[in-house]
Amino acid sequence: MEIAALAFYFFAVIAIISAVFVTLSRHPVHSVLWLILAFISSAGLFVLLGAEFLAMLLIIIYVGAVAVLFLFVVMMLNVDFAALKADMAKFLPIGLLMGIIILIELGLVFGDWNFASNSLELRAAITPPIEDIHNTQALGLLIYDDFIYLFQAAGLILLVAMIGAIVLTMRHRTNIKRQNVMEQMSRDPSSALELKEVESGKGI
Amino acid sequence: MSSNALTIIFSEIALIVYVLGALMYAVYTKKDELTSKLIWLTSAVMVALGGLIVFFGSGESTAFNGAFIDDEFARYGKVIILWSSAIILILSRDYLTKNLLLKFEYPILVAISVVGMMMMVSAGDLLSLYMGIELQALSLYVIAAFNRDSVRSTEAGLKYFVLGALSSGLLLYGVSLIYGFSGTTKFSDIALALGQGPTPLGLLVGLVFLISGLAFKISAAPFHMWTPDVYEGAPTPVTAFFATAPKVAAMILFTRIVFDAFGEIITDWQQIVSFLAVASMFLGSIAAIGQKDIKRLMAYSSIAHMGFALVGLASGSLAGIQSLLIYIAIYVVMNIGTFAFILSMEREGKSINNIIALNMYSKIEPLRALALMILMFSLAGIPPMLGFFGKFYVLKAAVDAGMAWLAIMGVIASVIGAFYYLRIIYLMYFGEETEKLDGSMSTFGWMTLMVSAIVMIVGVVNLFGIERIALSAASTLLN
Amino acid sequence: MYEFFTNTYFGIFLFILGQCLAVTVCVLISLAFLMYADRKIWAAVQMRKGPNVVGAFGLLQSFADFLKYIVKEVVIPAGADKPVFLLAPLLAFILPVISWAVIPFNDGWVISNLNVAILYVFAIGSLEVYGVIMGGWASNSKYPFLGSLRSAAQMISYEVSIGFIIVGIILSTGSMNFGDIVRAQDGNFGLFNWYWLPHFPMVFLFFISALAETNRPPFDLPEAEAELVAGYQVEYSSTPFLLFMIGELMAVWLMCALMTLLFFGGWLSPIPGISDGILWFLVKMFMVFFMFAMVKAIVPRYRYDQLMRIGWKIFLPLSLAWVVIVGLFAQYGLFAGAYARWTVGG
Repeated sequence: MEIAALAFYFFAVIAIISAVFVTLSRHPVHSVLWLILAFISSAGLFVLLGAEFLAMLLIIIYVGAVAVLFLFVVMMLNVDFAALKADMAKFLPIGLLMGIIILIELGLVFGDWNFASNSLELRAAITPPIEDIHNTQALGLLIYDDFIYLFQAAGLILLVAMIGAIVLTMRHRTNIKRQNVMEQMSRDPSSALELKEVESGKGI
Repeated sequence: MSSNALTIIFSEIALIVYVLGALMYAVYTKKDELTSKLIWLTSAVMVALGGLIVFFGSGESTAFNGAFIDDEFARYGKVIILWSSAIILILSRDYLTKNLLLKFEYPILVAISVVGMMMMVSAGDLLSLYMGIELQALSLYVIAAFNRDSVRSTEAGLKYFVLGALSSGLLLYGVSLIYGFSGTTKFSDIALALGQGPTPLGLLVGLVFLISGLAFKISAAPFHMWTPDVYEGAPTPVTAFFATAPKVAAMILFTRIVFDAFGEIITDWQQIVSFLAVASMFLGSIAAIGQKDIKRLMAYSSIAHMGFALVGLASGSLAGIQSLLIYIAIYVVMNIGTFAFILSMEREGKSINNIIALNMYSKIEPLRALALMILMFSLAGIPPMLGFFGKFYVLKAAVDAGMAWLAIMGVIASVIGAFYYLRIIYLMYFGEETEKLDGSMSTFGWMTLMVSAIVMIVGVVNLFGIERIALSAASTLLN
Repeated sequence: MYEFFTNTYFGIFLFILGQCLAVTVCVLISLAFLMYADRKIWAAVQMRKGPNVVGAFGLLQSFADFLKYIVKEVVIPAGADKPVFLLAPLLAFILPVISWAVIPFNDGWVISNLNVAILYVFAIGSLEVYGVIMGGWASNSKYPFLGSLRSAAQMISYEVSIGFIIVGIILSTGSMNFGDIVRAQDGNFGLFNWYWLPHFPMVFLFFISALAETNRPPFDLPEAEAELVAGYQVEYSSTPFLLFMIGELMAVWLMCALMTLLFFGGWLSPIPGISDGILWFLVKMFMVFFMFAMVKAIVPRYRYDQLMRIGWKIFLPLSLAWVVIVGLFAQYGLFAGAYARWTVGG
């Protein structure tokens, strides 16, 4: 067997197993940890595809930042997961039914799947020639040249998310003392100190 | 990206540059004290950009490899969106001041949302469609929850957000199936791919999901469930905004995608759209009957109206698109007028939304009651008013397209729906004497109400020539 | 024999394994003496003698400590989440180790010449926070948990500015390979060709962020003993504790290597005419480490809110602005192309 194939099965199996454990783990923190493992295995799959830039981004962004937030939230939230699980049992039949329906639909769709005759060419036409340039560069060309409009739009969406978070949650408390670092640092002895000659026995 | 592309999307860029500048300025200076000025300024910018599009927009051009289309159809939508948002922004000023909601983020979020809507109406690619929708929706989620100390408002924002995310999921799922078939996200290329052979099942499933996602945005039944709660919970000016510009944008986007990308398989989506139309018309008309809260009532009213607009779309013809465009223009004017009135419904400084409060309103404010009566007649589609002509065009287009059954359904729903509009009029003129409303109205609100009422009557003469504009806008889409 | 190591899978595997072992062992041994150096420098600043009993001048002190750690009993708290509790120190130890796979000690002396090496190190660095969070949480105790929350927030905050500083370097080089980055700093003017000069303000930002990222003083708030006893390490003893310690020190050593590669020309010689080589690399690394040790000895600990303020309100805007500035400089070839050395990369 090719080493690449071996590596593929290695990562794929780990990804699937950890994905299963994400849902099966009894403790949510464990779920998040399994999720992280799933992310890392997916990053391995990206490397096998020759997209090492994406693989690294997946780790930096999803594992290094997003999953940490998940972990934070799960650790801090005091949710009674046992009660949630009990509720889940009630909805399980419906959920299973919906899952099966969607599965059947997907089966129908992909059983009868066909491509438009020129779809493969269209799909390939967008990517810059991979043989000539590095995949990171190709990605850069796509994002910053061809899809600049969408890239900027995505930036705007993130800006809105930021404004929204501030509008909806920030409360400027007025009754607390705040530290003004610039003010502190620009203090000098001449304005802050006063030397007084105190005559003995009199006080100030 | 060429400088040509920049001129094509000039109005979007101008608005967003203004927004970013205003945001920076407000953050680093006086913050909320600026809000009032910012609202006026934002409205002025929107009106100016709308004027710019009216006077200088011409021809048909695309930018960014077809991701952005600027044609008469898009410009028609953009002008309605910009002007209606500008009016509603000014209308909201009083309400926000009274309810201590005057934060500088409000006009900024509204303006960003407007940019998203403009992206939506100009979308020529599934990706830009999605970006536009999200930009628009995300701002709307925030302003729905703008009154963050009110449980209802927060609930509205959260509900809208969760269901909106669900609808985005549906939409994206559909998009991925469509991309899987055609290998492209560009509308024109999808149309080419569809023209080559039989339509596979997978693509149809994708189309259904896509339409479901869009139906959510225009709150067509059965994807309407968020509408009444969000309309009721959100601050009233926000509700007014929800009822107008976003609906126009989503409707125009809907029309564009089904014709530009799926023009080859009209019969396939016609069934779906007719179903949505019938369901929305009936649900909107029947469910509104039991409503006591005027904002909820307007929510169902807008569901029903979207149903009628969809009838035009379901016709799948030039006349159908034209009637849809006319319909939404009229719909927006009626809604602005009505919400200008709703904003003034208050007693001792507190907003009242119960329609019982309108009892014998004609005695207190005869002129306003008269204006509202005209608007209600128009909303109900009773003949001499403009609203009737909107419905007339839509139903005629359906009949001409051989869908007489759909037209008949429309007439029945319209008759049912007339009940609750007429009930408001009944309450105002023949109700029992109860506690009075004493809300004052700003000059601008009063003018908006009166002008829209007058438009409902005077417009009958020649519809202000909108018929011709809508026709030429519609014909750009079909070519 | 040669072909066995280059042509068969098993041979290549053995070869790489050998390289890994060599690097790991060298790094670990160097750590023992770094620990000693750290304590000696610290002691010298405070006019003490420092370790001086075990071996000549106390040189073997670290090995004695090591032995002591591993023969002690491993205590696991009753309420602890055992798998996670034991996984945490392992992570804290393994992650810094695997980063060394892409560090070039000399031209071409690297286990894996990855195209995106710098991102790899950054990605692994972003994982290091897990050792701390998991350790703190799994201990099922208040102080460790508080400490781990602090450190997680701290490490994430400073990762952001480190990331932006790295982007500036990548922009200047046009490559994310360490070899390319070092070669881009080669030139006729010796040390004045290195990136510390064009990226001058960022050297300091990077250094300070590296301190925070590795939880070194003055940013050692996760284990602030005055408030949190010892932060996330409270419940750890014996070998697991040792793993945390080694992991931490190795992360520091890695940061020294990173600074050397990014700003101080890696294996390049500072004076034109003298040959380049691994010796330069080691000397530079140790000099950076000396700075780390001096900071630990001299600077008092920051308060947590001050730490966060610096990270988000000063470092982040500065480093972000720097990316834009470097972008402009590079695009227009200002300063005789000091910011646009794209001929090397590819």
